[in-house]
Amino acid sequence: MAKYLLLKHYRGGPVQHPNAVAPMDDWTPEEISEHIAFMGKVADDLRERGEFVDAQALAFEGEFVRYGGEGAAPVTDGPFAETKDVIAGWMIIDVESKERAHEAAAHLSAAPGKDGRPLHEWIEVRPFLSHPPVVE
Amino acid sequence: MFDDHLLRDLTPQVLSVLVRRGADFAAAEDAVQDALVEAVRRWDGDAPDDPKGWLVTVAWRRFLDARRSASARALREVVVHREPAPGPAEQTDDTLLLLSRCCHPALTPASAVALTLRAVGGLTTAQIARAFLVPEATMAQRISRAKRTLAGARFERPGEVRAVLRVLYLMFDQGFMIGGFTIGGSMNARGCAGERGSAGGRTGDADLAEEAIRLARQLVASVPADAEAAGLLALMLLHHARRAARTDAAGDLVPLALQDRSRWDTAMIGEGVDLLQNALARDRLGEYQIQAAIAALHDDAACAEETDWTQILEWYDELVRADPDHPVVALNRAVAVGHVDGPLAGLRLVEALDPALPRRDAVAAYLHERAGNTAEAARLYAAASRSAPSAAEMGHLLRQAARLKRLG
Repeated sequence: MAKYLLLKHYRGGPVQHPNAVAPMDDWTPEEISEHIAFMGKVADDLRERGEFVDAQALAFEGEFVRYGGEGAAPVTDGPFAETKDVIAGWMIIDVESKERAHEAAAHLSAAPGKDGRPLHEWIEVRPFLSHPPVVE
Repeated sequence: MFDDHLLRDLTPQVLSVLVRRGADFAAAEDAVQDALVEAVRRWDGDAPDDPKGWLVTVAWRRFLDARRSASARALREVVVHREPAPGPAEQTDDTLLLLSRCCHPALTPASAVALTLRAVGGLTTAQIARAFLVPEATMAQRISRAKRTLAGARFERPGEVRAVLRVLYLMFDQGFMIGGFTIGGSMNARGCAGERGSAGGRTGDADLAEEAIRLARQLVASVPADAEAAGLLALMLLHHARRAARTDAAGDLVPLALQDRSRWDTAMIGEGVDLLQNALARDRLGEYQIQAAIAALHDDAACAEETDWTQILEWYDELVRADPDHPVVALNRAVAVGHVDGPLAGLRLVEALDPALPRRDAVAAYLHERAGNTAEAARLYAAASRSAPSAAEMGHLLRQAARLKRLG
């Protein structure tokens, strides 16, 4: 089994599919509810398959922070620039193969959007670095 | 027969007897755990006539054994010297003593909440960790650091009731947030949902809001004359009564004005109102009684249109007098002003507040919608969704923006 991080973005990534272009407040309230319900269902499906590890949503806003030197306050840079790629949340899964990780990401990306059509939004898939094998 | 509740209710009482006799917190807890194991083994389904006395005797013996085996000779002599004459266990209620210890001002609020749940609520570390969505090892460490912070402090008389009220309030608010909405305001768009939070099905999961209510009941029983303790319990009940109506079948937040009021728990509201009236009659007004009064007025309306906003505003004015510089109070008061004097009057108050104040845009959007400024309300709801502190609230605000955009 291998762990993968599936990242959902508020913005950033390759050029979006036409279905993923409209901002959410252009959808109907029901479409927003259905989209959110779908996310919960994906997590439930993964739990059911014994592949779910964690899921969290992130606030839209945040800052960059770094060490400011001895005795100085942390240095911050924010709010994020308009061009900054902004992560919306993640799901961590533990699956048999890379193919299965891609299948799960594609399922997540099929969440319904405007007019109930699949969003086809980009999901960033990142394998965890694992431990070296016990048997070499 | 005895059930788990008996042991759970007695645990903090036994613990506080040991602590009052001079045992340090961590050692006392270990000894009480040993005594509980012994009770489950020996009672065999039947509690003795004086279960508390039995537990105190066994726990105290275990504590002394542990001390001896730790060969802490000097300490032992001190402790033996303090040991009271054998006899029935103290019947005085030690709940306040233990609560005020766990809610000691030297602890951070999060540590105090965790320690209170562990030592007084009798929850396991695993249950507390799940309730806060953190790993068990993290919660174990938080609790043991809290105990270490308290290790030096002597502990013979109860501390401040106010510190205990604050911790129980935070515990309830946390439970409320995980369950769907957060306390303290009167309008739409409050709250958050952890990923299924503690409401989800695992058996043995703790419900923080219910734990807070249980502990507040114990506190009220031990300080029956304290109007604010009763006010806090009333506040909790008056909010908790609406819980079933706060989310719809899909798990989405339902704002107060749109809730199905037939799903409110009228018995719980009745209990809250009685408690509040008795507390108010003592003429020792405080912030919890005031907040409870506001909640009671909402609970009292048969439909949103019948809400007595004039009285609610009067209570907000009291709250401002009690706590003049609290921006959240000012923001919630602006909603009440919007209902009494019109949305533009409410908006003028909102505009005077710090733009970075959480939920300011959401309140402004609500008032603009009431003023008929649909486009501006939609824009503000969308802006508010970008700074929403929770996923559930973000969804709610986005739906509001979407709804108004289609009207505009």
